[in-house]
Amino acid sequence: MNNETCENNVEQRNCCCDNDCCDNNYDRDRKEMLMKIKEYDFALDELNLYLDTHPDDTQALCLHNNYARTLKDLETQYQKVYGPLNANYPCNKWRWLEEPWPWERGIM
Amino acid sequence: MALGKGDNVVMWDYKKILQYPINIKNPDPRLAKVIISQYGGPDGELAASLRYLSQKFGMPDQNAKAILNDIGTEELAHLEMVGTLVHQLTDNASINEIEKGGLSPYYTDHGVGVYPQSASGTPFTAAYIAVKGDPIADLQEDLAAEQKARATYEKLIDLCRDNADVVDVLKFLRQREVVHFQRFGEALRNVQDKLAQKKFYMNNNFIPSMNDTNNTINNMTANLNNDNMMNYNSNMADYNSNNCGCNNR
Repeated sequence: MNNETCENNVEQRNCCCDNDCCDNNYDRDRKEMLMKIKEYDFALDELNLYLDTHPDDTQALCLHNNYARTLKDLETQYQKVYGPLNANYPCNKWRWLEEPWPWERGIM
Repeated sequence: MALGKGDNVVMWDYKKILQYPINIKNPDPRLAKVIISQYGGPDGELAASLRYLSQKFGMPDQNAKAILNDIGTEELAHLEMVGTLVHQLTDNASINEIEKGGLSPYYTDHGVGVYPQSASGTPFTAAYIAVKGDPIADLQEDLAAEQKARATYEKLIDLCRDNADVVDVLKFLRQREVVHFQRFGEALRNVQDKLAQKKFYMNNNFIPSMNDTNNTINNMTANLNNDNMMNYNSNMADYNSNNCGCNNR
């Protein structure tokens, strides 16, 4: 585990380091992906509460499962490029502490 | 933060996004002074999350445990959002703006930090919440708590009416309280139905007879049934027609 792992070994890297994934659309793409993730995440919050008091509603359950799978894919795509959304995502560089944090003006 | 639905089995997982975007362009300490009440005040998010997460231990059935756990979790995310509002309204403010906003006393004690207190300056206290260990009493308190939170957000929306960025977030938080009220009503009805069944034993080994139970239910729900049940039903109709993409199946 040394810094060279991050720089050189592209295959083992799980999320891009520094600016090597930057292109002109880095920020815009990031914002769009995050907005989608937040939408699915909120829909799942709502379905979570609804299913807690209506566990037998198969329609709601179906929606929940669909959204959960989509969210998982979106998050995987996002994190591979922009870094972790939670602290137990494996990344060859500790990008977890990068700004912005959610309470700062920015895109999180 | 959205509290996580991570792959790993954890109790709480911090997800590095807000449940709803918050981007306050202009500082305004005058608004922070009142919004802080939803952080550490009597009807705020800290009180709500602590109340629900503490009450869950005394619930007799899995629906009630789940809903208290999950709404309590969402309220923690809302706590972060209210803290974010206060932070963004004050962190770039000048000393003049702080003074003009009436925030000098708070600034003396806390700078532009986020301190859990009410708008009137009372530090947060567990005296704001009750945990009776009785499912009916606790769920009734939760219904009241959600209404108080909703009412508080409405007052804040009026007070912050000149700042569209802030009002947008407050409206979202208010709407969530309305939904929580709905869910707690369903959980309460569920618990009452269970109590009315013949062989339901409560946690503290109190075993109601059928007659006792019927009398208790009738007395307690006399006021609850008519008005609130109608609200629940009409809100559910809204939910089904507006929020579900699989409507046409």
